[in-house]
Formats: sequence, structure tokens, C-alpha cells
Amino acid sequence: MARMKFLCDAERCIECNSCVTACKNENEVPWGVNRRRVVVLGDGEPGEKSISVACMHCTDAPCAAVCPVDCFYTTDDGIVLHDKDLCIGCGYCFYACPFGAPQYPQEQAFGVRGKMDKCTFCAGGPLPDNTDAEYTKYGRNRISEGKLPLCAEMCATKALIAGDGDTIADIYRERVLQRGTRPQTWGWETAYPSG
Amino acid sequence: MATQNNFTSAVRSKRARRMTLAMAFILVSALILPTTGYLFPDLQLTAQAQQATGDANTRSDFWRVVREGGAGYSSVTGSATNLETNTLYNITGQNWRQIRNGLIANYGGWFLFLVLLAIIAFYSLRGRIELDQPESGVRVARWTFWERSLHWYTATLFIALSITGLSLLFGRVLLIPLLGPEGFSFWAGISINIHNTAGPFFAIGPLLMFIFWLRHNIPNATDVAWFFKGGGIVGRQHPSAGKANGGEKVWFWIVILLGLGAVCFSGFALIGWVQEYFGVEFTRAYAQLMHVVHAACALLWIAIFIGHVYIGTIGSAGSLDAMTKGHVSAEWAKQHHDIWYEEVKDADTQAQSGSTMEGETTA
Repeated sequence: MARMKFLCDAERCIECNSCVTACKNENEVPWGVNRRRVVVLGDGEPGEKSISVACMHCTDAPCAAVCPVDCFYTTDDGIVLHDKDLCIGCGYCFYACPFGAPQYPQEQAFGVRGKMDKCTFCAGGPLPDNTDAEYTKYGRNRISEGKLPLCAEMCATKALIAGDGDTIADIYRERVLQRGTRPQTWGWETAYPSG
Repeated sequence: MATQNNFTSAVRSKRARRMTLAMAFILVSALILPTTGYLFPDLQLTAQAQQATGDANTRSDFWRVVREGGAGYSSVTGSATNLETNTLYNITGQNWRQIRNGLIANYGGWFLFLVLLAIIAFYSLRGRIELDQPESGVRVARWTFWERSLHWYTATLFIALSITGLSLLFGRVLLIPLLGPEGFSFWAGISINIHNTAGPFFAIGPLLMFIFWLRHNIPNATDVAWFFKGGGIVGRQHPSAGKANGGEKVWFWIVILLGLGAVCFSGFALIGWVQEYFGVEFTRAYAQLMHVVHAACALLWIAIFIGHVYIGTIGSAGSLDAMTKGHVSAEWAKQHHDIWYEEVKDADTQAQSGSTMEGETTA
């Protein structure tokens, strides 16, 4: 079994936002929701860095820990998914998430949010694989088709890589050795503290 | 031989004295020398400044800022509920998780459970506080219809908010095994809506209580004496009290300060339209803080509320009449609120005739 992870190479990301667009298109995410975003640090200054961030599918996921209805689950591939039929839109996962991944489609009267939406690692949800119902609620299930998340597949500079943790760590290690830089596996120490 | 002995002992004692002095000198120096830096603060600052500009690892500084929750720029701006998109790390999230799941949901739950146990234990030991004299049928008006309406309005909403709030906090542990994930999710959805809708209406109750009942609840020396005598709850004494006794006054101020001041305030602070109206910037740190205040203070409030319900119902004979019928027996008034009884006993006849009309005068 693989342990799926995202890795964003800050030396390569050029803030083109293709990952954001690819994700939105592939998964037909609700209005006002972006499952992925690009954050630029030190924008416009020498040495600026860009990072593409979405749900990191944490090993000990804080969202799952605080959910009052226990709607999160982790797949055999280490992907953190949630059941929208159970979600009540309380917003606690957003309070707890280190990466700001959970998003809510609309604000209703009295501050009630819609059902939470977040990156699924293009793995759909708890409904049967590749059904219309799954697509409407959670987006495409590329993992079941043997494909990787589209954000990473579309990345022009291959800054964003997705896949089994060991495999992408090897790719990144080669890059670091070739560049002669020090590794910066952004977010890994938070999401995967135990590897 | 003796001279030599004297000589060696003199040398020894001299050596011992020197050793002691040396040790003392080392000790004092070890304590004082490290503090000499304070004598030359300018030197120290210059050294630090040199370090900051010259030897600092700018790359590690850069990522440290990010780890500490520093913000950047993001073209993805998000909607009203999807904020702080330009921040990579939500650094307070794990703290909130630990406080919410540990302190509040775990210890808070056991705290409530122990409070219930304590009250059951107290009841089985002390039993109901009975009236010393049999009721003569003379009744004294205590709370008007308006006051009782206010009380039960607040109480009904308090119970509704407690049940829904406790469901959201402890449901995952206690209700999912009973109702199943789908059943509990359905109930939790109802709970969150009742809680968010009824909350603002509930706050009106304590607010009106503050306005109308403040004059009964100004603490005075009688209340101190009341507490020193155990309030008639602990022990068999009957300490003096006015319309409200020391315990009732404490409960009033708990409702106002802990309830209105902390629970209602933090509840309002978490509502979207309130934030919009007052122009509060909604951030995760803000929501976490308000949530912790709300949940922790509400649990404490509920614990004290259990005590209030106990003493108003099964804990003390004749007390419930005050809030249901609006009048109490003269014997109850004499026993629990003697000063107040002296003030109002002239109005006895009126109250009695009033209750006679309602057909409630019983021996």
C-alpha cells in the first residue's frame, strides 16, 4: 500500500495557479470554494517563494479529531476523506486544520455554513467509485482509475508532486542533490511528523 | 611529639579555612560573574546586532516566519467563511484541538458527571429540607406572573441550548453508539440550528433579569452571615435572609457575569451577522478563543444550574411553589426569608384572598 502525500518544491513553483484551475475544473467544486491555493511569500521581493497548498492528508488529522459527528476517515492509501452526508457544517475542522484546507460553499442565515468541501487527493468520497453521485458531491475519483491528482499532473514546472511518500521523496532528494540546495519539504513536519 | 601535633593541627585548620574561603569565593563568583553583562548593555546589544546582520541564516529566518503563521499573498481570496487564504500555517489549530478535546470534552465531561454524583450523594445524606412548622394555609406572594414568565422563558431556552450544546460536544462519544452515525448526524444538524437560532433569543432572558431583579440582589452583610451559617443547606440552622438569600444572590451574579458576560457574549461573537454588524474581523484565532470561552464557561454554568434546579425542586420543600404558583406558604417564608417575610406579611391577607380566588388555599 502506498502512503499518498503532496510535496511542493518551493524552488520550482512559479505561482501560475494552474493547479488551482485544474482542481476546480476537474472536480467541479462549488462556488466560492477553492480546494487548492497558491501562497506567495515575500511577494515582489528578491527571493520570493511560492507554495501550492491544499489538504496535506495528515497522518494524525486534526480535522478528524475535532469533528463532532466523526465524519472523517483515512483510506488504505493514507488519504483523508470525509462523508458529506454526515457533515453538519460546524466549521471546527477549519479551526483545527494547520493548512486552512476545509472550505464551505455558502453562509446561510445565523452563520450556518454549507457542508465542508476539501481536497480529496482526487479520490472521490465514500459513495460507490465513479458514480454520478460521487462526482457531484466529491469530484472525480482519479485514484480508482490509477491516476494521480490532476493538480500535480498538470503542474508545468513539476513543482507540485503527488504520490507515494517514498517515491516523491526520492524524486525530491535527487533534485536537491543536483541543485546543491538544502531540502525544504514544506508542511511535512506538520502533516507527517512520524513519517 | 605534642608540639608536632599542635603544629600539624594548626596547618590543617589553616588549610581548612583557606579551602572554605576559596569555595565561598568560587560560589560567589559563579553567581555574580554571569550577571556582569548587565553592566555593559551597549556592548551586548552591539554584539547581538552584529550577529543578526552578519551571521544570520536568512533562509531559515524566511521559513521560521512561515512556521510562525506569517502571511503572504494569495490570489485565491475565498469567501466570507473561507478566510486567511494568504496564511500557510494555522499555528493555533493544534492548541485549540488539545484544549477542546482534552480540557473541555474530556475533563469537562467528567466534571459534569461528578457534579451530578455529588448532588445525588448530598441528597441521599441530607435529604429534603422540610418545613419546621406545618403549613397553616397562609400564603405570601413572591414572584409576579411577569417575573415567573421571565424565569420560565429563560429556563426553557437554557435547557434547549444545554441539550443541543452538550449533544455537539459529547455526542461523538455518547450518542453515536446509541443513534448510529447517520442518526446522530441528523440530530447534530438539528442541534446546531436550534443552538444558533435560540441563542440570541435566550440572551434576552438574563438581560431582563439583570434589569428587573438587580434591586433584590445587591449583596449585604446579611448574606455574609448567611454563608457563614451554611445557608441552612449544610447544618440545621436557619440564617436570616431578605427577598433573595446569599445563595440566590450568588446564582444571580453567576447568571449575569458568567452567563451573560461570558457565555452569551462569546456565543454572539461567533455569529456571522453579529461579526458583520460590529465589523469584527473573523479569524481562526478569534473563533478558537471565543469557542473555548463559550464551551468552558457554559459547562461551568450548567454544573451550577444543576445545583439551582436541585435546591428549587427536590432539595427544599415548598420552594418550587414560588416559581410555579407565584406564592409561598408563610411558614416557608418565615423559615427561609425571615427579613423579607417581616416586610411583606402585612400584605398577607391580600395574597391569601388572591389565592382563595384561584382556589388554591389548602391546609
